[in-house]
Amino acid sequence: MDCVNDASHKMRLSRKYKFLLAPIVTILFSVVVHAQESPYIVTYDHYLEEPGNLEVEYFSTFGTQRGGNDFHAFWSEFEYGATAWWTTEFYLDGQSTFGESTIFTGFRWENRIRLLQHEHFINPVLYVEYEQTSGADKILKEVEGHDVESDYATPNSTARQEHDHEMEFKLLLSRNFHGWNFAENTLATKNLTGGNPWEFGYAIGASRPLALKASAHHCNFCPENFIAGVEMYGGLGDRNSFGLHDTSHYLAPVLAWNLPNDWTIRLSPGFGLNDNSHQFLLRWGLSREFSGFGEAISRLFGGRQ
Amino acid sequence: MNAKTSSIIAWMSIAILLSADGALAKRHKPSPDSESVYAELANAPAKDAARRNPMETDREAIPAGDKLFHMHCAECHGEMAEGGKKAPSLLADEVQQSTPGTLFWLLTNGVVRRGMPVWSKLPESQRWQLVSYVKSLSGPPKPMPDQAHTKD
Repeated sequence: MDCVNDASHKMRLSRKYKFLLAPIVTILFSVVVHAQESPYIVTYDHYLEEPGNLEVEYFSTFGTQRGGNDFHAFWSEFEYGATAWWTTEFYLDGQSTFGESTIFTGFRWENRIRLLQHEHFINPVLYVEYEQTSGADKILKEVEGHDVESDYATPNSTARQEHDHEMEFKLLLSRNFHGWNFAENTLATKNLTGGNPWEFGYAIGASRPLALKASAHHCNFCPENFIAGVEMYGGLGDRNSFGLHDTSHYLAPVLAWNLPNDWTIRLSPGFGLNDNSHQFLLRWGLSREFSGFGEAISRLFGGRQ
Repeated sequence: MNAKTSSIIAWMSIAILLSADGALAKRHKPSPDSESVYAELANAPAKDAARRNPMETDREAIPAGDKLFHMHCAECHGEMAEGGKKAPSLLADEVQQSTPGTLFWLLTNGVVRRGMPVWSKLPESQRWQLVSYVKSLSGPPKPMPDQAHTKD
């Protein structure tokens, strides 16, 4: 009996070590690849993660708040290319409201599925997300329905008592034309808790690298490493009151710097376009892409070499 | 949400990634000698296949393409374009005998169902630079058939 227990204990330990080893093995066996990342923070274009690659990202949003304390919201993203037509992504959200507290505000699981095999005049991608967040979530990754600035003035101690389970669907449309990318996202969200109606929103963006030709040498400050653009996003009301009244909207220049040493830095100052919007949102992000994540994990668990 | 729930969710996500990798990689990962990927070259529309490389006289096109290849392509196609576990060799006749327009078309559209992503996110000039580099792997450029005919 002891032998059986001992074997079982060893097996449990072995499994435990495998899970603990996973991140280390991933870093050791993954190859860092140079990314050509879009500068958008809210808008999505139609490009997915390369299959088997993992992109680890951190984003920060500083927001001004009338009628409450300013805040710093942040999130981590783990984006994995399951196939060339399917990218899956996991988010962890949090925020600090100045003079109040720092709290974890929830998680999101997002999937993007490319609908057409080849490039077309317009390229559609279907986006499906499940999110479980508290009422204190302030990352403003999307603006929907009648989201307005005053919603975010509630103190953390009260707002975190509210728990939301949401399904979010987006149709991402995007095209590249003469070096420019144009993207339009339409979103519909349903809060699964309570009898809330479907809520709607949008995001649009345009961006272009500062140079279209690559230089022959490796360089940090080559113009082709910088992609600049602008995005605009906001709410479109809900099923019972569709439209622009009581909605918030933002305009934000965006800049991405794709460094040859495999990091991407993004910066975006955003400006509220009406009285319902936060006056200013300063966002920045840092990301790094690892190739061969899937293979490294597969090898660790005895998969095909 | 307490720490235990967060931990469970985090490991569930890893499990989903693993299952996706295990199941889908087996279904969609091309074999190194994947004929089906080469076969995709034949699907390039005639108009696209006939396009000339606007960078063919640009002296920087090949070194720039070399740089781009090692940034974006070598991880799958190999450092010397010899092919790897995830993608076939670019030194094969099927690739080297294709027109620049065909390679540009394939690069732009990818072979999504076989795991090759679309690369239209690279500006057109950079895709042509990549084509210049890939074509340079077969040695110095050969005269075009019509040029050879003119010499005769």
